[in-house]
Amino acid sequence: MNAVDLLFWLFAVLSVGGGLAMIFSRHPVSAAMFMIVSLVGVAALFVLLESFFLAILQVLVYAGAVMVLFLFIIMLLDVGPEAGKKKLSHLKTGIFGLFASVVLVGVLLMLGNSYDTLVLDHIAWPPLSESDVSPSPILPFSTQVSAFGYGLMTKYMLPIQIAGFMLLAAMVGVIILSKKNPTREDAS
Amino acid sequence: MMDWIPQGLWFEVCLKVFFAFMMVGAVMTMAGYSVLAERKVSAWMQGRVGPNRTVLPFFEYIPIFGPLLKKLGIFQPLADGLKFLFKEEIVPGHVNKLYYYLAPLIALVPALTTMTVLPFGQIYWNDGTVSTLALADLEVGILFVFAVSSLGVYGIALAGWSSNSKYSFLGGIRSSAQMISYELAMGLSLLPVFLWVCAPGVTESGLSLSAIANSQAGGPWLFLVQPLSALIFLIALFAETNRLPFDMPESETDLVGGFHTEYGSFKFGIFFVAEYAHIVIGSAIFTVIFLGGWHFLPFMNDPWPSNWIGSLLGVGWFLAKTIFLIFFFIWIRWTLPRFRYDQVMHLGWSKLLPLALANLIVYLLIVTAIDQSTSANF
Amino acid sequence: MAKTVVLNRKPLSFSERTYLPQIVTGLKTTFSNMFKPKVTLQYPEEKPVIPNNYRGVPTLVKDPNGREKCVSCQLCEFVCPPKAIRITPGSVPEDQNDREHVEKAPQEFEINMLRCIYCGYCEEVCPEEAIFLQDVYSSSGFTREEMVNNKAKLYELGGTMPDRHYKWDKKKNAESAGNSH
Repeated sequence: MNAVDLLFWLFAVLSVGGGLAMIFSRHPVSAAMFMIVSLVGVAALFVLLESFFLAILQVLVYAGAVMVLFLFIIMLLDVGPEAGKKKLSHLKTGIFGLFASVVLVGVLLMLGNSYDTLVLDHIAWPPLSESDVSPSPILPFSTQVSAFGYGLMTKYMLPIQIAGFMLLAAMVGVIILSKKNPTREDAS
Repeated sequence: MMDWIPQGLWFEVCLKVFFAFMMVGAVMTMAGYSVLAERKVSAWMQGRVGPNRTVLPFFEYIPIFGPLLKKLGIFQPLADGLKFLFKEEIVPGHVNKLYYYLAPLIALVPALTTMTVLPFGQIYWNDGTVSTLALADLEVGILFVFAVSSLGVYGIALAGWSSNSKYSFLGGIRSSAQMISYELAMGLSLLPVFLWVCAPGVTESGLSLSAIANSQAGGPWLFLVQPLSALIFLIALFAETNRLPFDMPESETDLVGGFHTEYGSFKFGIFFVAEYAHIVIGSAIFTVIFLGGWHFLPFMNDPWPSNWIGSLLGVGWFLAKTIFLIFFFIWIRWTLPRFRYDQVMHLGWSKLLPLALANLIVYLLIVTAIDQSTSANF
Repeated sequence: MAKTVVLNRKPLSFSERTYLPQIVTGLKTTFSNMFKPKVTLQYPEEKPVIPNNYRGVPTLVKDPNGREKCVSCQLCEFVCPPKAIRITPGSVPEDQNDREHVEKAPQEFEINMLRCIYCGYCEEVCPEEAIFLQDVYSSSGFTREEMVNNKAKLYELGGTMPDRHYKWDKKKNAESAGNSH
């Protein structure tokens, strides 16, 4: 076992353990803190794969921004440990647990058996090397930021546009929902 | 260039640890002395003299030099640090113990981790190669700084929450809201800088801090090219370091002490040092990005020779710029009054963010125009 | 009749709305302040100038002939709001010929500086002008007993003050001239 393996096990245990601790901790703030631990552990695993950009984005977006909002809301609502008191019955818990594990195992089996027959791989994406969008020399696959940028702007142009459009729709929805309607306010 | 390190892993690790300790020592010393600078500069601006009594034994008897050091308060940070160490450690009964103890550490660690990617000079080797002086010159350096410094907010938020006091709590809430608001403007203000620095057709990304600093060698400093980006970044930097006029989280007039109301002795000291470490590192990063880093004045080549003297002079010049920026932080603090909380939010979301976006679009057009005109020449 | 003038405030210009020129002006002001002379008094080495009517620690004074002025009438003890003064009355020693006309003198005179509020009523009420609040403003001690000024201490602090009346000399002269009061 070399040092990298040791570090892998360390961070793997950290991320899985953090996730488990998040589920089992009674207090929402503790749960949020364990989730941060788990996310940072995953980021460290990305570093071990020499994918610094992904690791940093993981910390920046999830641990740095999303979880701050979570914590913010938990603190503002002042959710205490008694929030978990409303328990499901053992029967219901068992049924949900069984359902979830069946789904998980099924997905894993499907992925493991038919990885090479996944639908996405059969779409005829233009390969990176044949793209003539950019005059810059063809980038080989790497974990560099420029490789990500190049990939996003060529091969994955359509997915990124769709994702952007969905985010835009969500944002417009939020604006409409949160905007006060003056006429209705006057009526009430 | 790293051939002089034997292939032993342990030796390399030990060396890195040694360098890391040196760097932490340097930044902590600068943080301690910026506390002194804060006290001295505020005193001078208000017609006072500031701390001028502390002196180590025997130093007083050195002619001229000793009394001068005493008058400048050079030994004051030592006394302050010892004071924090020896104070009675009071933990209020109503706090959440675990997070109460954890919070100062969570505040300090990100402040000290960001210095890992901070380049502070160049070293000229005998064979003519030049390498950057930094603990780790990451390709995505600036993103690393953003990512790690965004973790610093947990220390403050947890301190506010675990103290179980309304003042601390409001301080924590304000700090997290403020950090989220200004991080966006900060990131957006830097995008045009990277657009500008990355020449068309590069394969190396210019997100590394040393690449930005080196791009300003012999040319204009980036704050001359992009004054608006520099301004937005500076304002956001003030907000991120919780400095006046943005020190909402600890505004002593309405929140007693903000998030550290319930903290005392060394735990308060850690918060204090973390704040100043943030200022030191923020100043250094602003220097690297907008003030040319270790390079001499804009439009001038470095006047120092390409050997170890040049390395030292470059690091010294970098430190001089950083110290000036720290002075600027202090200067602003003792000039401007504090914003109200809603004014901070208003400035962040409806002034700085649109301004940063507009700035980005304008530079996008300019960079594209330059790009097109140069590629037409081919 | 006063005429009300309504001044129309001009709308802020663009540069004023950014506040940046104003901030620069403020920075200039604070920067120039750094080089102005300091107003700090380095206290233990430099002492402030005490004005004449300063109300410091209350003291007992002697007249220019070195005679004790207090006649232990106890008015100050009576008027003292925090009851800081305690006087033990006594008679004038027989051997003091120049004070033979005075009936009483304090045997002991104590002012508790932990109670004193420096109000100056004792000085105001004293018919003999024997007690004065002078320029001593810093008194300290390690025990409570140290902070009670006894008679010797009070005279040591008070010293001698000029006297315009020499009241008891006049009485003595009048009596020797045959006018009993």
